[in-house]
Amino acid sequence: MVYKTRREVLAASAVAALATPALGRTISGEMPWEPNDAHPPAPVVPGPLQFLTPDEAATIDAIVDRLIPSDELGLGGKDAGCTVFIDRQLAGSYGTNETRYTKGPFPEHTLPSQGAQSPLTPREQYRNGLAALATYCKATFDGRAFEALSAAEQDTLLKGLQKGDVKLPGFSAKMLFAAVHTNAMEGYFADPVYGGNHEMAGWKLVGFPGTRYDYRDVIANPNQPYTRPPVSIQGRAEWTKPGK
Amino acid sequence: MDEARQMTTILPRKGVVIVGLGWTGSILALELARQGLDVVAIERGPWRDTATDFNIGTAADELRYSARQETLVKPAQETLTMRNTPAQTALPIRSWGSFLPGSGVGGSGMHWNGQTWRFLPNDFVINSHLTARYGAAALPQGHQIQDWGVTYDELEPHYDAFEYLCGISGVAGNLRGKIQEEGNPFEGARQRGYPTPPLKQGYAQDLFAKAAREHGLHPFPRPSANLSTAYTNTYGCSLAPCTYCGFCERFGCANYAKSSPQTCVLPALMREKTFEARTECEVTKVNLSADGKHATGVTYVDKDGVEFEQPGDLVLLCAYALFNVRLMLLSGIGKPYDRDRNEGVVGRNYAYQSSSGSTAFFESARFNPFAASGSLGVTADDYNGDNFDHGGLGFVGGASITSAHTNGRPISYRPVPPGTPTWGAAWKRATADTYQKVTTVNAAGSVMSYRDCYLDLDPTYKDPLGRPLLRMTFDFQDNERKMARWMAEHCVDIAKTMGAKQTVLNTITEPWSVVPYQTTHNTGGAVMGSDPKTSALNKYLQSWDVSNVFVMGASAFPQNAGYNPTGTVGALTYWALNAIKTTYLKNPGPLVTV
Ligand SMILES: Cc1cc2nc3c(=O)[nH]c(=O)nc-3n(C[C@H](O)[C@H](O)[C@H](O)COP(=O)(O)OP(=O)(O)OC[C@H]3O[C@@H](n4cnc5c(N)ncnc54)[C@H](O)[C@@H]3O)c2cc1C
Repeated sequence: MVYKTRREVLAASAVAALATPALGRTISGEMPWEPNDAHPPAPVVPGPLQFLTPDEAATIDAIVDRLIPSDELGLGGKDAGCTVFIDRQLAGSYGTNETRYTKGPFPEHTLPSQGAQSPLTPREQYRNGLAALATYCKATFDGRAFEALSAAEQDTLLKGLQKGDVKLPGFSAKMLFAAVHTNAMEGYFADPVYGGNHEMAGWKLVGFPGTRYDYRDVIANPNQPYTRPPVSIQGRAEWTKPGK
Repeated sequence: MDEARQMTTILPRKGVVIVGLGWTGSILALELARQGLDVVAIERGPWRDTATDFNIGTAADELRYSARQETLVKPAQETLTMRNTPAQTALPIRSWGSFLPGSGVGGSGMHWNGQTWRFLPNDFVINSHLTARYGAAALPQGHQIQDWGVTYDELEPHYDAFEYLCGISGVAGNLRGKIQEEGNPFEGARQRGYPTPPLKQGYAQDLFAKAAREHGLHPFPRPSANLSTAYTNTYGCSLAPCTYCGFCERFGCANYAKSSPQTCVLPALMREKTFEARTECEVTKVNLSADGKHATGVTYVDKDGVEFEQPGDLVLLCAYALFNVRLMLLSGIGKPYDRDRNEGVVGRNYAYQSSSGSTAFFESARFNPFAASGSLGVTADDYNGDNFDHGGLGFVGGASITSAHTNGRPISYRPVPPGTPTWGAAWKRATADTYQKVTTVNAAGSVMSYRDCYLDLDPTYKDPLGRPLLRMTFDFQDNERKMARWMAEHCVDIAKTMGAKQTVLNTITEPWSVVPYQTTHNTGGAVMGSDPKTSALNKYLQSWDVSNVFVMGASAFPQNAGYNPTGTVGALTYWALNAIKTTYLKNPGPLVTV
């Protein structure tokens, strides 16, 4: 469990201590409220990769930097931390499909309207998909890996993956592209607490103020620029690091 | 199975057993506990309250609550299978998209938008009304459109009760028959105004209101459960004003500003000495007497898989429309709908909401889409229900046409002009350039009921307890597609008058898909009515077949109107409650005989 609350810890130990049936959790008489019992997300901290291998991470770095290039509008995907974001997401419960319905059968023919039907977890999609991409690149580009291709070559290949025109050995090119594209965008625009959106680059790109949570002044003054800088769940760097 | 049954613990009997502690369950729990009854609510998700679970320091987290859907029921625990037509093979919805059912105390009422409508008086007598005005031949092919068995006038006091429970912010359009300038002139007569004044609107809504008036329409502020001012409700629970934070739908409100079971009911409910909530317990079945005519209680499993039987006198299904229907099918309450023979009622007349409209790109504007609330918006109802002449149009039904911003959260909200690539330098430039300059005009439309749109049990896919998943067979039919396009064309015209330099017409061109979010407005499947051959419930939402079972929620709608459902769900809850309090409890048994 990612977000363990104090209450859950207490409840778990209480249940263990009693031999009587748990009845789930019974609540009566008053609001079961405890002071300071909020449950914030665990912040991603810099450090070694937790799921991706260094080779995989190098490829993801290269892909997210083509998806979201660095330019005068702001950081690219790599510098914004999209790879770290993806690594930590895959290492956590998202990577193992904790919430998805995963029972078969998985028929070959499905309707587009029925949504994704793959039995693969996000971890498997990355591991198998990136391996297939590495094999494809080696065979197609004289032994060069994706990250060693020119920007133009990378773009052409990514377009081919997205459309499904490029066939990877034993893996759906479209599935790999969709996974990286979706997760890179999440990383670029999610709260920086999850390891991406470094310096709130994604939020600055569009002018999203983050978690300020009160825009009564904006509603009162229509069609005016919003000038305050964005704020994350963890505040702003200068609020927590005095002297900066 | 037999072994498991032997291990089932039988608990002491309760007067009232409520399945699900969301919007409908919490209201009934409080009101019936206040009657002095012993009430237990069994809820499959965890307890949730504002300070703990949507604390202001953690609530505004798009990844966690919107992309990763932390408060929803996990499809791994319960999902549905889906297909568009009866000839296809249904497959499971493996992760939620088109609709987002909640789990946990508060249910979907915790993470809803709060757009709180009354249906139009004609909506309740729609079959009779349309037949009288246009002739039976004007109704769409394969339809099963029917009257509700209850009228707007009967429901009016109960709409009022739900609005005053929530503190809805709005402005009356029809006060006791007198049309009010600022409100919706098409609404049914109301006995008094809204409890709180309307929300302030944004720049786009000002443009829309002006343009709509130029088109001869009658715009008004959308009734909102995100409150404009502080409010203390009928149960003594207090709410605070909305700050337009833009984290409303899919999120709990950290400001205590959105009406929900948490803000409006639970503080009062938890003080009731005869009430008890059991959380993280999933009801698997309503148990019936040997003759199938009487519910003896429910069976549930706690999160460790331990099974309990909770006997009770009265069983109230408040598990959300879709899951009410599944529990009825799994328990054998009412005759299951058989599409081929066109017999049976449970699962019949499933319907949804249609969405169409226009995306409007401006040359220069600052819509500040992040300054928003779940039910901010200005609406015109001129093309809703039968408020306009359908003669020659080739469709029935209508839509509420609205200008709104509910959020600018950028994982999901990053509009770009048509033809823009989805990545790369051009995408990045367009994303930066467009964010402030886009708004929409949208039509939320009715969906009629059809022989081919229904719910039943899936023959293949099972939940972790081995019970069949609910199977949904649904697509938008020609009538809805025509209507959606007609509405979208009007939306485009209005957007142009608003000053858009480019407009895109959005309408229904593909089969209904489970992938993109549309609405959590699933209706029907256990519909109310006056004929047991075509309805599962009588006009008091009481099962025709098992008279100590009442079924709350939008499952009771015989078809869906051009509005969000919960105002009507709330009204029906108070309406049924009134019948339970004044009649049923004195003399338990069928409230209607045929
Ligand atoms: C994102 C979103 C936005 C929405 N916006 C609007 C809006 O603007 N306007 C509007 O009118 N409506 C809106 N809705 C719909 C609204 O939330 C529902 O109509 C309303 O909550 C229905 O109330 P209910 O009591 O029927 O179900 P819920 O409030 O969902 O409560 C049902 C409860 O039953 C529990 N349950 C289910 N099965 C079992 C079981 N087997 N055992 C035990 N417990 C069980 C669930 O966990 C849940 O807590 C929205 C919904 C969503 C998801």
